[in-house]
Amino acid sequence: MILAVDTSLGTAVALVGADGTVRASAATAGALGHAEIIGDLLRDVLAEVDPAEITHVATGMGPGPFTGLRIGIAAARAFALGRGAPVLPVPSHFAPALAHLTSDAASTPFAVVTDARRREVAVSVFDGLDADGLPRLTAETVLVARADAEAHLAGTPYAEVTELAASDLGRVAARALAAGRTLTGPEPLYLRSPDVQPPAPRKKVGA
Amino acid sequence: MNRETPLVLGIETSCDETGIGIVRGRTLLSNTIASSMDEHARYGGVVPEVAARAHLEALQPSIEAALAEAQVRPEDLDAIAVTSGPGLAGALMVGIGAAKGLAVALDKPLYAVNHLVGHIAADILDAEAPPLEYPTIALLVSGGHTSLLHVRDLTTDVELLGETMDDAAGEAFDKVARLLSLPYPGGPEIDRAAASGDPDAIHFPRGLSRASDRAKHRYDFSFSGLKTAVARWVERCEAEGALRQAQGPVVPIPDVAASFREAVVDVLVTKALDACEERGCRVCCWAAV
Ligand SMILES: [Zn+2]
Repeated sequence: MILAVDTSLGTAVALVGADGTVRASAATAGALGHAEIIGDLLRDVLAEVDPAEITHVATGMGPGPFTGLRIGIAAARAFALGRGAPVLPVPSHFAPALAHLTSDAASTPFAVVTDARRREVAVSVFDGLDADGLPRLTAETVLVARADAEAHLAGTPYAEVTELAASDLGRVAARALAAGRTLTGPEPLYLRSPDVQPPAPRKKVGA
Repeated sequence: MNRETPLVLGIETSCDETGIGIVRGRTLLSNTIASSMDEHARYGGVVPEVAARAHLEALQPSIEAALAEAQVRPEDLDAIAVTSGPGLAGALMVGIGAAKGLAVALDKPLYAVNHLVGHIAADILDAEAPPLEYPTIALLVSGGHTSLLHVRDLTTDVELLGETMDDAAGEAFDKVARLLSLPYPGGPEIDRAAASGDPDAIHFPRGLSRASDRAKHRYDFSFSGLKTAVARWVERCEAEGALRQAQGPVVPIPDVAASFREAVVDVLVTKALDACEERGCRVCCWAAV
């Protein structure tokens, strides 16, 4: 069984069987309070099962607001360490993409859009499911100015996602695990440099 | 749980170092530290986002290294502790997220610990060290904070008497080092330069030390005025040097460093001793961290 944790948008936790069946889930919406709530949500879902059944921990790697995103990744990694379970990193956009591409309303291509602050959005375009049943990106996830998003998507149907289901993230991880694939590296999908510049030359304060 | 000598893993991510400590009672089994200081050096100070990213990267390997060094398994732990503040919010959150994940995974209690109290506790960790004598006045000085505390009981009764209103003492050292074109971190560089300087050469101001400051800021600190005074002094030196077209060093760096350090230490010691007297504490513990 896979424990899935994502804090790229709200705070979301779920337990998903290796076959993709959802065993339990808990979530709160909103981009704040991840650190306050993450422990309680983990306890809630674990109360439904024997923790010994957890074989893997899937973690949403973003994109998402940095501080919140890291809380889920840190919690997932430490949980995995505590139980001796491997971590399955999953790009967060794959979760809503799988939900759409396996739904009755599925259409391709399909883009997932999330708010990236500073009047920008993160955009991932998928052209369907691959042979392993995993969403297939047509290009790397990018940041674009919100005002330019429509032009960037050029008519591709999209959904701006504000809440992410950890159960979907767990389903992606289950498919990746079955296919023996790793979907992304250990570095979160920050898509932005740490946003700092070396200090300007010394300012005069006046004598 | 072993209440006499519990096995506790502590996670500290309040600034630029990812610290994992494992103790059994008062015995330190591991103190694993990963620092992102090199990454901050080019910015001349700690950059919160750089620090937070580095914490996330370092956490898992650091916890594993600490467990290996202490030769304990995660399931052996009796409790988890984590710095809950004060510190850089984004950096703290990484440690708190990890601590909660670990505590839930192991079904063990989690203790949130004030970072300043943690510093004082570090002094009594050595089993050979004398126990803390209560009550005591504790002065904490570092790159991140300058705080004066009245400790009646470390786990239940610590009062923050005052802290810096602007820069921490260590930050002031970094900034003055930059004014003097010395490398980061500034503390050791200023110390080295000051060794051959005269601490009484220049009288720099003592922040929040006027009689009128006693009412509201008796135990608070301020170092930004001092930093500005040093900047003015250096600029004036340079301007006069240019007029004279002086050969050799224009700014007497050892004297500036020594006089600056003297101004900082004077304020720290004076306020700590004042607190000892007012609170009736015989003991004052000084922790430069
Ligand atoms: Zn500290």
